[in-house]
Amino acid sequence: MATTVQPAAAADGASDVSGRLSRADRVELLRAMLSMRLLEERAMSLYRQGRVPGSFYDGYGQEAVSAGAAFAMAAEDRLCILHRDLAAHVVRGVEPARILAQYMGRATGVTGGRDGNVHFGDKDLGCVGMVSMLPDMMLVAAGMAMAFKLRGEARAALTFFGDGSTSRGDFHEALNWAAVQRLPVIFVLENNQYAYSTPTELQYAVDPIERARAYGVAGESVDGNDVEAVFEATRAARERALAGGGPTLIEAVTMRMHGHAAHDDMRYVPAEQLAAWRERDPVELQERRLRALAEPVDVAALRAEVQAEVDAATEVALAAPMPDPATALEGVFAEEAVPLGDGRAPWSGFAREGARR
Amino acid sequence: MSARSTMTYLQAISDGLREEMRADERVFVMGEDVGVFGGAFKVTDGFFDEFGADRVMDTPLAEAGIVGTAVGAAVVGMRPVCEMQFADFVACGFDQLVNVAGKMHYRQGLAVPITVRLPSGGGFSGGPFHSQNPEAWFMHAPGLKVVAPSTPEDAKGMLIKGIRDPNPVVYLEHKHLYRRVKGEVAGGTYETDFCARVARAGSDLTVIAYGAMVHTALEATTPEALDGASVEVLDLRSLVPLDEQAILASVRRCSKVVVLDEANATCAAGAQVAALIAERGFEDLDGPIVRVAAPDVPIPFSPPLEQAVLPGVERVREACRDLLAY
Repeated sequence: MATTVQPAAAADGASDVSGRLSRADRVELLRAMLSMRLLEERAMSLYRQGRVPGSFYDGYGQEAVSAGAAFAMAAEDRLCILHRDLAAHVVRGVEPARILAQYMGRATGVTGGRDGNVHFGDKDLGCVGMVSMLPDMMLVAAGMAMAFKLRGEARAALTFFGDGSTSRGDFHEALNWAAVQRLPVIFVLENNQYAYSTPTELQYAVDPIERARAYGVAGESVDGNDVEAVFEATRAARERALAGGGPTLIEAVTMRMHGHAAHDDMRYVPAEQLAAWRERDPVELQERRLRALAEPVDVAALRAEVQAEVDAATEVALAAPMPDPATALEGVFAEEAVPLGDGRAPWSGFAREGARR
Repeated sequence: MSARSTMTYLQAISDGLREEMRADERVFVMGEDVGVFGGAFKVTDGFFDEFGADRVMDTPLAEAGIVGTAVGAAVVGMRPVCEMQFADFVACGFDQLVNVAGKMHYRQGLAVPITVRLPSGGGFSGGPFHSQNPEAWFMHAPGLKVVAPSTPEDAKGMLIKGIRDPNPVVYLEHKHLYRRVKGEVAGGTYETDFCARVARAGSDLTVIAYGAMVHTALEATTPEALDGASVEVLDLRSLVPLDEQAILASVRRCSKVVVLDEANATCAAGAQVAALIAERGFEDLDGPIVRVAAPDVPIPFSPPLEQAVLPGVERVREACRDLLAY
């Protein structure tokens, strides 16, 4: 019997992490989510116009997970970002025009047309692009954390993965490895209830958090539609990692509101399940929270600002050239090894930490 | 540069790894039982005492984990050297090597400087899971370099070259050479380029081989064994990149060619070499390209069965004799 997971009945604005998040931080979180949503809406239009080759994947309804988690990561931390996590790229500083060019396979996209949709990571911003085999990046993230630990550096690595990924061997190998070596790594499980059409009750018999604990990995379940709750869980996990407390698995409970990809009408999802989650849209939740502040944020103005950015980025991306076919054979091998660079880390807490040093 | 000394193939691999770890603190070894125990074949014997547990890392029994975490460590500035306990077990890390490491630079311009050591090959009743030569799996996957030295000198120089290479390097070390083959090796560190070498010059026929089969070829084709024929042996050393010029030049010198693999015949390294010669060396041939390789069966355990499958001196000599008479 299918048991459809319903959203947690958290009161809007109930999580109070305002002590750690300034007003500007909270606006920044909303901005990252809005950027993701409006960029993906635009990319979907471009896809329907035939301007995005291949298939199109988005993270509609899951914006809080990648925005909140990436916001808790420092410039020198490293991330492996997945296909429903566009907001993490936005937080790290990838320009919108490069993201849209990426979808369209243009020369100016992050991979220059070498890979499609959200299969990218800007190496100069400390991010490794995902591969389609899930959850391979859990091991890569563990390896980055292993290097930090070997060198005695106060840094952490983070990766996202999904509920379907918990079935594969790399999930087991990564949790076990990270626990044995007490690595400073954060695994963010985006539990969006479906792996393509397969619901979680056909995916696993034991709760992922319970499994994490069995490996010796700290586990915490959070409301994945509350960006501030995701931020706070990730911030605490990072603090634990840097203090030598080892890995954490954060289960961000959310819902995939669109199909697996653009072609998928997701008729397998009960209408009432979608309706219940629609009431808890993560973007609207944060908008309501910011409107309710003593000094309310002009959410409509912010939305218009982000929309204008997306419009401008669309023009830039559409004007960009396609890659030169003559370059298709280049770059299989590297001539030199340049490690990942640092990303943007807009959380005000890092500036405060820096000031204390 | 320190003085030259005589070492086994195994000692040369150890020496190369040790010297490079002394020279570059980014280099570390990871694998199953490589630490206190010194590795299943003792390549890292004594390393634990010299370099400590962090740089000679005993890992969980998890080959995907070994390769995957090495990728992560490499992209943040380390130079991991992974040991697969037997080459056969790399199958469990195949996805991380082929899909994550091999495609990384092409997709996103991010270099993955890892070296994966694969103790390969048969001849010891290792059976179907401790005898394989999996090099062709990785030749077929873009973005991986694949090398297979046959001498102690090359084993050391190519390992150091591989560790310093900014790309993933699959390093095949043939178990049958470990203690059987000895040679002069220079001290300190040095690099051996990823290209072919003429193991013995000749003019009537060339045998193109790599790894342990180089020694089989040399033994099979002495002038005494083949009525005074002058047989060249070309040691490929590197399979990716493949030294096409050296292969074509050897064919041009000799006009007759036997391509020798220990691996299963279909789509083997030797198949690629044969295709290259057919495409670009046809005019230089004075006879059909002859291939000697293992038939397409798992490597069996019992000695008579194993010997029936693996190419040996007699089979190679017979193939040469027939081709010389063509």
